[in-house]
Amino acid sequence: MTDEAAPLIAFREVDLAFGAHLVLGRLSFEIRRGEIVCVVGPSGSGKTTALRVAAGLIEPTRGIVAFDGAPMKGPRRDVAVIFQDYAKALLPWRTAAGNVSLALEAAGAPRRQRPARIAALLKKVGLPNHGHKFPTQMSGGMQQRLQIARCLAQEPAALLMDEPFGSLDAMTRQGLQDEMLAIAKASGATILFVTHDLEEAIYLGDRVIGLAPHPGRIGIELEIALPRPRDQIATRESGEFLRLRRELYDFIRGAEKGALP
Amino acid sequence: MKSWRGLALPAALLVLAEIGGRAAAPSDTVAPPSAVAAALVAGLADGSLLAATRDTLASAFGGLAIGAAIGLTLGVLFGSVKSLDRLMELGVELMRPIPSVAVIPVALVALGFGYRLEIAIVSFACLWPLLVLSRAAVVGVEPRLIEVARVLRLGPFARVVKIIAPAALPRIFVAFRLAAGISLVVAVTVEIAVNPMGLGNGIMTAGQALRPDVMLAYLLWIGIVGFALNAGLVFAQNRLFGHAARVAGAP
Repeated sequence: MTDEAAPLIAFREVDLAFGAHLVLGRLSFEIRRGEIVCVVGPSGSGKTTALRVAAGLIEPTRGIVAFDGAPMKGPRRDVAVIFQDYAKALLPWRTAAGNVSLALEAAGAPRRQRPARIAALLKKVGLPNHGHKFPTQMSGGMQQRLQIARCLAQEPAALLMDEPFGSLDAMTRQGLQDEMLAIAKASGATILFVTHDLEEAIYLGDRVIGLAPHPGRIGIELEIALPRPRDQIATRESGEFLRLRRELYDFIRGAEKGALP
Repeated sequence: MKSWRGLALPAALLVLAEIGGRAAAPSDTVAPPSAVAAALVAGLADGSLLAATRDTLASAFGGLAIGAAIGLTLGVLFGSVKSLDRLMELGVELMRPIPSVAVIPVALVALGFGYRLEIAIVSFACLWPLLVLSRAAVVGVEPRLIEVARVLRLGPFARVVKIIAPAALPRIFVAFRLAAGISLVVAVTVEIAVNPMGLGNGIMTAGQALRPDVMLAYLLWIGIVGFALNAGLVFAQNRLFGHAARVAGAP
């Protein structure tokens, strides 16, 4: 009975204060079902904090975060979080298969079903035949794929990604961007993607939200009408892409100088 | 065939000790290595050395088990419950610096000579490293992993079993290894100081009987027992936590 047109995630006048320090101030935005929304902003604009609020890891000081129409009360299994520091988010004493298994165990998946589901998930993120390896035996890109596989095991309605490719080299990052778009398309998951890379935000997003700092609030909102499927060369060379990039850069530069109302 | 070079210096020292020991004979304080080896073999053959070893290890392991169990329980409790940790901090810091040897007279009055005395003091000595290090191990569990547990909505039991225990265990085992070494040292110390049993008493008796060969044989044997104990624990550690221990950076 869910209303398909209603937003999946909605921030309504969200304030978040750590003591006297206001990190988010009257932050309001919505994410529609199946939409990819990228959040950018200068440091101190609270983009990671906003993601943690959306995940239910932090409770807002004031205002409401609604998920599927109902207020969030802590983390939920159908909202998966992909952390930037994949090395810390994976269990070093479990193999790749064991790490994926953790999400299945948490969801109470029957033991007999797990091996087949783990194999399918590892294949989906491009890690078939790596199930027996420990995270430390894998490259950074592979570890992040593994974390994505574990999040997909939650069968999430929403994927919250906190600068997931920020610490990877450029080639690996572009490869993972395209794989993520393919996975998002196949699963239909709604995605909130936090990044400091403006081009990445435009390349991936249906919409880009730019946060202004002190306190974090909406500074700019851009609809990205670039056609899909997107292409690392052609899309990034298109006039529309460059125009959006310019607009976003100008916003960030202004926000950093504090030239916003 | 390079490994024999490492043996050259010890072998030379043994030869020198043999020459010096024989030159000094008869002596009440030193004995040549050959006499020490003979005394060691004799002690093993007549069973006196093994009986003493049994007494010492029984006390050391008994005390280690009790002390480690209490220390581990308190450490995990203090590490997980912040208010309790603050409440007990002063008490722990006041008790911990008391040298275990200083407890001997108190324990002697309360318990008398024998296993109970030794086990009590060994457990007192072993309690602290387990308490302090297991508390630190629990507190030091990567906060990101706790968040992963929250995001996956693991229950309190699953959180301990699947996240906190495996993350903390390698460090806790290092604490256990440390405590095992301490248990042997303290057990022998108690025997040398007051308790008329075990290896410590054996070495004291041999010294008082002016038998340096037997005394040094005991010393050598205590070294062998300590080495074997540590080697066994290192082996167990690598078998149990080989991978995780390397990752956690535990020594």
